[in-house]
Amino acid sequence: MTRYVLFRIAWIPIGVLLVVTIMFFLTHLVPGGAVQVALGPHATEERIAMVMQKYGLEKPLHIQYINYLGNLLRGDLGESIVRQKPVVSEIGTFLPASVELVLLAIAFIILIGVPLGVIAATHKDRFLDFISRGVAIGGVSLPQFWLAIMLLLVFSFQLRWFPSGGRIASAVSAPRHFTGMYILDSLLAGDWAALRSALSHILLPALTLALTNISTTTRLTRDGMLKAFKEDYILVAWAYGVKPRRIHYRYALKNAILPTITNLGMTMAYLFGGAFIVETVFGFPGIGYYSTLAILQQDYAPVTGVAIVVSVLYLIVNVCIDLLYVVIDPRIKY
Amino acid sequence: MRGKGTRSYVLYAMRRSPLSIVGITLILAMTVLAIFAPWIAPHNPYKVSMGDRLLPPSLTHPAGTDIVGRDIFSRIVYGTRLSFRIALSVVGISISVGVLLGALAGFYGGVVDLLIMRVTDGFLAIPSFALAMVAAAVLGRSLNNMVWALALVGWTWNARIVRSAVLRIRNSDFMLVQKALGASSARMIFLHIIPNCMGPILVQASLQCGLTLLSSAGLSFLGLGVQPPLPDWGLMVAEGRTYLPARWWLVTFPGIAIFTMVTGFLLTGDGIRDIIEREVS
Repeated sequence: MTRYVLFRIAWIPIGVLLVVTIMFFLTHLVPGGAVQVALGPHATEERIAMVMQKYGLEKPLHIQYINYLGNLLRGDLGESIVRQKPVVSEIGTFLPASVELVLLAIAFIILIGVPLGVIAATHKDRFLDFISRGVAIGGVSLPQFWLAIMLLLVFSFQLRWFPSGGRIASAVSAPRHFTGMYILDSLLAGDWAALRSALSHILLPALTLALTNISTTTRLTRDGMLKAFKEDYILVAWAYGVKPRRIHYRYALKNAILPTITNLGMTMAYLFGGAFIVETVFGFPGIGYYSTLAILQQDYAPVTGVAIVVSVLYLIVNVCIDLLYVVIDPRIKY
Repeated sequence: MRGKGTRSYVLYAMRRSPLSIVGITLILAMTVLAIFAPWIAPHNPYKVSMGDRLLPPSLTHPAGTDIVGRDIFSRIVYGTRLSFRIALSVVGISISVGVLLGALAGFYGGVVDLLIMRVTDGFLAIPSFALAMVAAAVLGRSLNNMVWALALVGWTWNARIVRSAVLRIRNSDFMLVQKALGASSARMIFLHIIPNCMGPILVQASLQCGLTLLSSAGLSFLGLGVQPPLPDWGLMVAEGRTYLPARWWLVTFPGIAIFTMVTGFLLTGDGIRDIIEREVS
């Protein structure tokens, strides 16, 4: 068992190496595009050469690769050519926003997806089942950028309930920095104005992210519940006269929820990579926004850095989930 | 079910999975639009008409006009051709590469399997949309490059699924018999294993068409995919975005088009999966 754990953990650096290699060679197929963007259309050949030399872009590819790996081991993810700032510190600034967004989205997914799954299971093959599954599939089929724009149209422009972008109103200053996550920080500092503003700014993006990702949760909850319904203890509870709703939520759901929870871990890691469009449309300053902007400027150090961070997260979450499975379900042995 | 033949099979499928019928109907409708576009679309989708800019939906222009006066409804109809082209190209390439590598990995096992699976894991660990964005940006902003970028992201998924399917079949009695009869590896892979994996591959293909469309719309929305003046739905949303909130039709209708087609593909895929699984169990 410990061997298995060690084995899985040992694969993480190899996975990261693969990610780095893929991203590096992909982004270095066409060298120097960012330099052009950074210096503008009137840059002279000399200036371009100078900047390229500063970043070591004129060296042969394998040398650059080795240099990059060396820097990586020292915790240096390079520098954004266009913004002239180190990637690591920028990721540090932008990451908490994304974490906040993803956590809130997960909360929404649970609050909406799980009940939908329960309804689908308890009304199996009847009208409500199809409606629930329809909503879930419908969510996935919606293009995220379109849903974002539609929500903005209705709730921001038409009803004026929510602001149309950013993370906090410009008139309100950010709460004191504890974690970088505005909601948490403003709660800790008792800064109610910041809390209200931060919540109203994060709601629509989180909702967009959630609605487009509930389908798996709904499906797993439904499948899990259906499986649990076949168990004998459910029959016993029903025979004893326990009310159906109590059976559904206290007995069946508890046992059915395991696959859903483990999938949520995966979903969380996936959402980090999937928030790119949502953050860009809402102008929400997270790592997705940061890297998308960089990509559009052909500035690839940021996106490589972000990809590495997200991949590490993803790989770690994967291992944790597998280990969690063993802990939660005593029937599983390796 | 009573009686063999296509008709009873279709009825069987309908009873088993009504959602798949909805899906297939949507796709068929879109196919009709794509094939008969010149007859269905009331206007030329590329025709600029500065006197008719930004008109709201009306009888002559059911979905309104855009910033240069092009009829949006016609652009949506012609857009079906573009969407099919993108989805089928990407999925075609993805499946070819993925099936080949997946089959090799599953069949030979050992080092080949390890190598292919590790590379696949590497690709899968990178957020797929980010990878697609980077590839599209690096290769240059065009439709064809976007297709390659999306195929680069998509093959990994196919390889995995095919590999599991192959692993299941490889150890069956059927394959043992083939080996005993002296069939060569190539023969076993191409004539026996792959055809028997067709079920999961078909489900995959359908689902992947839907997801590819979503990604391609996203890429085009960001400017990294299809370029103007092609009538790509994602591109249309991006073009219309600046004229919100007043001119809502610029953004709403292309989005509905994307939603409809993606739903069609996803429902079809899910439906096929339901039907296949019922057969197995």
